[in-house]
Amino acid sequence: MNSVLRIILQRLALGLLTLFIVSIVIFTAVNLLPGDFAQAILGQGATPEAVAAIRTGLGLDQPPVVRYLAWLGGAIHGDLGTSFAQANFASFTGTTSGAKTVAEQIAPRFANTMFLAGVTAAIAVPISVTLGLLAALYRNSVFDRAANILTLTSISSPEFFLAYILILFLAVLNPILPSLSNIYDGMSFTDRLDKTLLPALTLTLVVTAHMMRMTRAAIINLLASPYIEMARLKGVSPLRVIVRHALPNALAPIINVIALNLAYLITGVVVVEVVFVYPGIGQLFVDSVKIRDIPVVQACCLIFAGAYILLNLLADILSILSNPRLRHPK
Amino acid sequence: MIAAVWIIGTFVAIGVIGWLFRAAGRAAGNRPFFRDMPFGVAYGYVFGVFALAAGVWLWTLPKAVFFRWAVMGFVGFAVAAWLFRLAGRHIGTARTRKLFRAMPLTAAFGIMIILIYAITAIFAAWIAPHAQQEIFTQANIVPGGDPALGGNPLFPLGTDQIGRDILSRLIYGAQNTVGIAFATTLIAFTVGGSLGFLAATLGGWLDQLLGRLVDVLMAIPSLIFALLLMTIASVWAGGEKWLLTVYMVLIIALIDSTRVFRLARAVGQNIVVMDYIEAAKLRGEGLGYLIFREILPNATAPLLAEFGLRFCFVFLTIASLSFLGVGIQPPLADWGTMVHDLAQFINFAAVAPQVASAPLLAASAIALLTVAVNFVVDWMLHRSSGLKE
Repeated sequence: MNSVLRIILQRLALGLLTLFIVSIVIFTAVNLLPGDFAQAILGQGATPEAVAAIRTGLGLDQPPVVRYLAWLGGAIHGDLGTSFAQANFASFTGTTSGAKTVAEQIAPRFANTMFLAGVTAAIAVPISVTLGLLAALYRNSVFDRAANILTLTSISSPEFFLAYILILFLAVLNPILPSLSNIYDGMSFTDRLDKTLLPALTLTLVVTAHMMRMTRAAIINLLASPYIEMARLKGVSPLRVIVRHALPNALAPIINVIALNLAYLITGVVVVEVVFVYPGIGQLFVDSVKIRDIPVVQACCLIFAGAYILLNLLADILSILSNPRLRHPK
Repeated sequence: MIAAVWIIGTFVAIGVIGWLFRAAGRAAGNRPFFRDMPFGVAYGYVFGVFALAAGVWLWTLPKAVFFRWAVMGFVGFAVAAWLFRLAGRHIGTARTRKLFRAMPLTAAFGIMIILIYAITAIFAAWIAPHAQQEIFTQANIVPGGDPALGGNPLFPLGTDQIGRDILSRLIYGAQNTVGIAFATTLIAFTVGGSLGFLAATLGGWLDQLLGRLVDVLMAIPSLIFALLLMTIASVWAGGEKWLLTVYMVLIIALIDSTRVFRLARAVGQNIVVMDYIEAAKLRGEGLGYLIFREILPNATAPLLAEFGLRFCFVFLTIASLSFLGVGIQPPLADWGTMVHDLAQFINFAAVAPQVASAPLLAASAIALLTVAVNFVVDWMLHRSSGLKE
């Protein structure tokens, strides 16, 4: 157990280090901007006094290293700064207390996005593993070939194409599900699920194809091994060979693929949330990119990168844990 | 909820019928065909019959216009691909004829689509009936060209909200979207490939430095990183729209070159340890000779497959960025932007199917090309792996 623990701690430390370096990259990239935030907030026609006031207010007169440490320290405590749009709005109304902080803007949307990702995972993981198993069981059959073509098509299609096809068939032609996901606080769970289902189905289509192909490949890789041959020769049925003998050994790559695809969801979420006007973090990110609201962009980027690194880390650790040779060292 | 019950019920019913079908087959004579049939195969037969019947039933429904279009498109493309393969088997040099003889239909389809796109992109200015930014007085002309339904034969696919011809913009989109994606992939390959081979050949601190740098850049999801850098680029570019497109090409090339670097380095490292490289080194050949005359020719197959896949990724990223409104900028026609601009017409699908077809055409133009490239790459990988499972 000791060696496993050590490897896991090593991976965790490596993940933290990566996150730290990524935060430096994000901060540096934003600081490549010509001029500075103060100018960007107030626009071209601002008086020098106003620019100077905002600059001191935001601490922009400090050297970059100090600003970076302040930003990182704040981010660790959950303080991600104030968004430009909100600051601008507040400066027009003359109050500074009314402005929402970035953290306050992000928190509810983050919960929404997690809900969407959770629903997607709950649908996609069982379906893709089952279909992958079936494709491996009936490999080179009509089913396998049809599945191959269909999954390749859905991998290659842009997310918005799949989204609009689903809207066309499930919302416009046959009004089964709502095409707009207007989610608000205090909705009942079933209502929320109903509104989330169409974006979740779109993401499912994108992710299932990957996961299914990988599951099939992982199992087919194992089918050439001697112990599978042995199981077949002693008369075990094909389904049982795959479920009892191949699946446990293919678990590590399959878990890995599932975690990696959940990480992929993070990227997919951005486009899908925009299509369905789903009030998640992806939509906030795109809106902020369009109006150049740097603090929000920075914070969203950090959260996305953090989730991505975390899921990759999880994939790593789970595949270590599912390896009996590492779990029971001699 | 009721829909879910229906779907699950259908699957269970198919299972029951499949079991009965096999049992009936066994009762009547018990031939080996039925005796050795696993339940999954029996299920497959019944499911196939059910799917066929459902398809025929849908085809006869007057409402299911889109289903009929989809089937017609699918069958049409399949027949065209078959004819294309047949032509390829009889026209051309002995080598290409041999290539076409062993080609699956999906790969023939892929090559045909890529050729069509290439021709459309190169000759867009001659094929397109109008210029891409030309604005006509009549906006929102319905596609189809039937004046009774609000169409106009001059604009077969209609015009958009501000009166630009959709057909011309689709054709110019091939030039802009595909051309820009191709250029981006080329840059990413030149940068990533040469740095990867350099790292593999030289090793040492350069290898370590580049490797760690790429690790960091790859730790941020690519679309997210692209969006972050595009925010900064949009401030840099100011009001110059074309400059923003140039920045986008450079940004995506940078992000994707990290992936190419990984592959080129891994492939290069396997080649560098070969005896012929040792021999070339002992002959006193320079670094350039080693990389371009010894390593590159031996790394063509994996790199070519990677080029196809990378092109798909770049193409989809550019389409997504344009769809989100931060990619290719307005005067240029581009498919991602077109989908975004025309998307609201999908809501009219129930009353006027041809109105809803415009955004779907732009979106399927994107999907069709990536599917085609993926089919060809799949076939190439299958060939180079020695036709293994």
